[in-house]
Amino acid sequence: MAEITLSGITKRFGPITALDDVSLTVPDGAFVVLLGPTGAGKTTLLRLVSGLDQPDAGRVQIGGQDVSTATPAQRNVAMVFQQYSLYPHLTVRQNLEFPLKSPLLRLPPEQIARKVGEVAEVLQITHKLDNKATALSGGEMQRVSIGRALVRNPAAYLMDEPLSSLDAKLRADLRIELKRIQHDMGATFLYVTHDQIEAMTMATHVGVLDHGRLVQFGPPRQIYEDPVSIHAASRLGQPRINILPATLFGPAPAGAAHIGLRPEQIRQGEGEDSFVRRVEHLGDQTRLHLSFHNHDLITVTDAHTGLKSGDIVRIRPEKPLYFDASGARIHQE
Amino acid sequence: MSYSITEPSRAQKWMAGILVVAYAVITLLPLIWIIATGFKSPSDSIAYPPKLFFTPTLEGYVNLFTTRTRQTAEFLAANPPQTWYQEIVAKYGMVIAGPSRFGERFLNSVIIGFGSTFLSVFLGTLAAYAFSRFKVPLKDDLLFFILSTRMMPPIAVAIPIFLMFRQLGLSDTHLGMILLYTAVNLSLAVWLLKGFIDEIPREYEEAALIDGYTRFQAFRKVVLPQAATGIASTAIFCLIFAWNEYAFAVLLTSGNAQTAPPFIPTIIGVGGQDWPAVAAGATLFLLPVMVFTILLRKHLLRGITFGAVRK
Ligand SMILES: Nc1ncnc2c1ncn2[C@@H]1O[C@H](COP(=O)(O)OP(=O)(O)OP(=O)(O)O)[C@@H](O)[C@H]1O
Ligand SMILES: [Mg+2]
Repeated sequence: MAEITLSGITKRFGPITALDDVSLTVPDGAFVVLLGPTGAGKTTLLRLVSGLDQPDAGRVQIGGQDVSTATPAQRNVAMVFQQYSLYPHLTVRQNLEFPLKSPLLRLPPEQIARKVGEVAEVLQITHKLDNKATALSGGEMQRVSIGRALVRNPAAYLMDEPLSSLDAKLRADLRIELKRIQHDMGATFLYVTHDQIEAMTMATHVGVLDHGRLVQFGPPRQIYEDPVSIHAASRLGQPRINILPATLFGPAPAGAAHIGLRPEQIRQGEGEDSFVRRVEHLGDQTRLHLSFHNHDLITVTDAHTGLKSGDIVRIRPEKPLYFDASGARIHQE
Repeated sequence: MSYSITEPSRAQKWMAGILVVAYAVITLLPLIWIIATGFKSPSDSIAYPPKLFFTPTLEGYVNLFTTRTRQTAEFLAANPPQTWYQEIVAKYGMVIAGPSRFGERFLNSVIIGFGSTFLSVFLGTLAAYAFSRFKVPLKDDLLFFILSTRMMPPIAVAIPIFLMFRQLGLSDTHLGMILLYTAVNLSLAVWLLKGFIDEIPREYEEAALIDGYTRFQAFRKVVLPQAATGIASTAIFCLIFAWNEYAFAVLLTSGNAQTAPPFIPTIIGVGGQDWPAVAAGATLFLLPVMVFTILLRKHLLRGITFGAVRK
């Protein structure tokens, strides 16, 4: 396991700058989650670390070694692709054995069989081992593709939305399993997801990408509670942070153009009247769609709320976040 | 819900069936005629109207593989035929003088046909992979140039090639013919194979690179198995051309490296019009391509594998 350091990485595809001067350190044994909307450059970043693509500028170091000119094999990283590309001409078992049979490792057969068995067990695909890789459901393919990474013991695991097409239960199981691997074996992870729970529960650090730039990097709670911009604040939180004109609830700090309110920053039962447009019972939370001075906002409320659409509820901001016109955070003294 | 494809009616099915059978009969008729004539006696072979039912004999095949000389009745009586084929020729007052050149010529065809097919497919696969995956300078121009070598009939350059071969000592050699047929086939091979390799998603190789394999190992372990369909069909096309090629073979080979196509017509000249022998030669000549195609059929029919890459 090893530390990964990116310094000043820039990657262009023709006119598009997919990554713009990104510097980032994934500490040894850390679980770094990359967040960002589609097209932000998350996959590109993983590909540059793996060596599948070369940056236009900047350096990649793995375990203190400059690997900028090293081949993917020499970098010794395992990767789970966003398009989980299983080898279609091989069975599930052969897919899982493939990395272990590489000239890099040359493991003895009984060790390969043991390792494949273990991983299949963890991923709950033991009964599919002799299936053709093409004869699997999407979720099964995704697990095999995770398995192909987990059979190895690489310098780092790179995973691109690895749990995206699994059902909730399996996703929860695998979240715990990946976290266990990181924790027990000190594995280093660089992990892309859009999933709030994955980011909050698994990450030791979160990196927020916006149009190819790394705009914030830190522990998940810090990203959540102390975002540097509207963009960063919007990456975490279900429902999303409400962005409203700064003076909607009264005076705002100098330069503020927007006020940001997460559900827990909206005190209910105090302040001014708002109109309940809709009540959504999602099971684990109950959402209120409110209308306040002709602005829409969404918050959560008590599961057994008696509120229904058409009601009036009073709300007041509590410790809100303020942003300037460009979306950057304004810190109050 | 509406479907644009409707179940064909009974009459349509019958029509389709009749058309297919008629087409099959028309295309197979010459083939059946050739195979049947190979088993006729010389007199049956020229009978008019053609005989549908006849006593099959191996005369044609014996004549194809042997040279014979006429002998006196006393000689034949003193040396009774020992084997079934000696018996066949004895009926005509002849004895077998030795083997004909057909075996040799056939072997030449096999060496040159399969040799050039292997070389075309081998080089074609490597070139197609490079064109498909790497940044090759002037890629489009090169590909067009490769294709343009096919825009005129190859025989148009017969004279320069004839002179070149004479100068280089390649005339009437196996190597010369293999190189020539490879040169002609290569453009087809590169273009066909590039199409197939383009269809194979890069993700598979990339996964293999990450899994610890070199570019070449990834090519061998991941790309080649998936290109099998393309390689098989390309090989069949190359073999058919090289196997059937007549004009260059007439021009550039005469003895040592002569292939079967220019040889088979010369059989006619040996002792009158020996149609059964010619037909026998043609029948045997058809076999390798047929066998090769049937052997590779599995790969041709096995469709391209979809589904393991999430789109
Ligand atoms: N091979 C390529 N050729 C041209 N442009 C590319 C290529 N790969 C990525 N891009 C562009 O680079 C930008 C970043 O792409 P990337 O795949 O890294 O996004 P992403 O953050 O992974 O998005 P998603 O969440 O949709 O997977 C996009 O604008 C994309 O169109
Ligand atoms: Mg992506």
